[in-house]
Amino acid sequence: MTESATPTLEVHDLHVEVNDKEILKGIDLVVSKGEVHAIMGPNGSGKTTLASALLGHPRYRVTQGEIRYRGENIADWTPDARARAGLFLSFQYPAAVPGVTLVNFLRHALNQRRGQDVPVREYTQLLNDAMAKLKVDREFARRYVNDGFSGGEKKRAEILQMAVLKPEIAILDETDSGLDVDALRIVAEGVNRLLGPDLGVVLITHYNRILNYITPNRVHILYAGRIVTSGGRELADEVEAKGYDPFIPVGAPA
Amino acid sequence: MTTEARDIVSEYKWGFHDAEEPVFRSRRGLSHEIVDQISRIKGEPDWMRELRHRALDIFYTKSMPSWGGDLSEIRFDEYFYYVRATDRDARSWEDVPEYVKRTFDRIGIPEAEKKFLAGVGAQYDSEVVYHNIREDLEKQGVVFLGTDQGLKEHPEIFRQYFGTVVPPADNKFAALNSAVWSGGSFIYVPPGVKVDIPLQAYFRINSEAMGQFERTLIIADEGSYVHYVEGCTAPIYSEDSLHSAVVEIIVKRGARVRYTTIQNWSNNVYNLVTKRAVAYADAVMEWVDGNLGSKLTMKYPSVYLMEPGAHGEILSLAFAGPGQHQDAGGKVVHAASNTTSMIVSKSVSKGGGRTSYRGLVKVYPECGDATSSVRCDALMIDEDSRSDTYPTMEIDADRVTIAHEATVGKLGEEQLFYLMSRGLPEQEAAKMIVNGFVEPIVKELPMEYAVELNRLIELQMEGSVG
Repeated sequence: MTESATPTLEVHDLHVEVNDKEILKGIDLVVSKGEVHAIMGPNGSGKTTLASALLGHPRYRVTQGEIRYRGENIADWTPDARARAGLFLSFQYPAAVPGVTLVNFLRHALNQRRGQDVPVREYTQLLNDAMAKLKVDREFARRYVNDGFSGGEKKRAEILQMAVLKPEIAILDETDSGLDVDALRIVAEGVNRLLGPDLGVVLITHYNRILNYITPNRVHILYAGRIVTSGGRELADEVEAKGYDPFIPVGAPA
Repeated sequence: MTTEARDIVSEYKWGFHDAEEPVFRSRRGLSHEIVDQISRIKGEPDWMRELRHRALDIFYTKSMPSWGGDLSEIRFDEYFYYVRATDRDARSWEDVPEYVKRTFDRIGIPEAEKKFLAGVGAQYDSEVVYHNIREDLEKQGVVFLGTDQGLKEHPEIFRQYFGTVVPPADNKFAALNSAVWSGGSFIYVPPGVKVDIPLQAYFRINSEAMGQFERTLIIADEGSYVHYVEGCTAPIYSEDSLHSAVVEIIVKRGARVRYTTIQNWSNNVYNLVTKRAVAYADAVMEWVDGNLGSKLTMKYPSVYLMEPGAHGEILSLAFAGPGQHQDAGGKVVHAASNTTSMIVSKSVSKGGGRTSYRGLVKVYPECGDATSSVRCDALMIDEDSRSDTYPTMEIDADRVTIAHEATVGKLGEEQLFYLMSRGLPEQEAAKMIVNGFVEPIVKELPMEYAVELNRLIELQMEGSVG
């Protein structure tokens, strides 16, 4: 993988509050297309807050710093504007939307992403292709979005949407959680197929087991709202071997 | 979150009216004299005229309901109780007066008739101005007439059933309807005949301060099937109108009736309706009741399960926008053993609108082995809206299985964020969630009506968030 000249996503000194409590306390992160950045951290370190803030969840308030996307500060953009511009979040716990079929929802989303109505035939082919690659049968798209989905089905549905929408920056929040080995392999293969010079990935994870399938260029350790260490692939192995304790700065709050 | 700048106007598309003078209009207010006048113009038999007078006396003695919505602004003396736009009930649209036909053209009735209906009735103010049924069905003995004409042409059947399911003394508004009823549909389906595509009636109020009191009587003989659909709209006026219908349905052994309503009155109409069906052995009665319009609706379609094997279903959908109160729901009475029922209610309120679910499941003593499930879900779009649930269960028998589930929720922040994070603007995301919420009811409608209902909901949702 090669690094492109201008970074696509630049996060500078990002501070985020949830319910008046500061969770992120100055995050810096630079992601270019073609790169995979893993963000690892224990529970409560702010991983999901980072993912939600990057997509503009209204409950996560940016109090300081900026989120630049293709050079523009998007910190006050609505989530839909960010998505249309090419940001994507694969949710740890995607919401169920009863009564709305996946095929219908995703068609609307794709039309928004492209800024024009995509011909039905093209869409159908795109969707069927993506479903075949993720080993889900066609009936899957006729089900209501995440309604009654198993853990594995939810994650596949997320990656399916990613495959159809073709984002430039994808944030994958704990995409490995709740998956058995087979499901994890299918989902990870799904992500790997999408990797390439047109996509940057922020892979948020607690454990490094997904990193056995998806190789990151950079690994960052998030602790108590700050990135405390960054390094290469080997950092993930250290976490695997020793846990997070060695990375916690002396005197840092628990 | 902010909504994208869009010029959003929630237009009620059917708010227009015709300026033509009716051929006859009773003076404002209600009296025995007016009742006499109506009966005389219609050339009714003595028994009907006497029934009307008795019903008016009952109306005078009954008090207004103390529950439900706010009825304090209803002025019975201010309404016109009988308005006749034309002198005939035509079987061809060419015979309908031009301006009346224009109205129904704008609503799309003649077009719908050609495309997907087995028969159509159209009521304009007090009278049915058009009705027609497919010839092959008529040959099989299916009767689909305006109710007044039904009384003239089928007096025996009419007298046998009229007022037996909803007697005048049932409630104040049933008494009022019995006194001044006019129009509505009369349907008889002979034994074993299945009417494969829907019959539809469309009710249009055109005049201001109008009282519309249609009376519908449906008799499905043994083993027959019919699906009846009704729609309704009215112009927007400053003075309120009153729509108070009575619907009686008799579903005989092994027959099945489905009755679908898409009520879209303008927001100056009080909609106070009594709808009831009796279902005999192994019969199935289904109400699909969609309430989107009106100022106040009080309507609880009911099914009385009279013999073993009878099944009743009520699917109720209510949408209340600013200034609207939808007090809707359903009633099932298990009056025999081995009967089953289901009530599903979905209500949406926004912009200060109010929805109430009011329901009753009653199982009489000795009517065991009854099964009933009730599910009511309410969705509030914003902080200003209101939703209440008044479920009542009266179970006086053993071996009864009742399931009851109710949810009340606000438009989910996580659902909205999820859809928006895929590029859907907030408006569109909210519409999608609401359409999904009502999908269990909408999917029961014929395709043409499902499309129409989704469109109406989207109109109601315009400008509602942000």
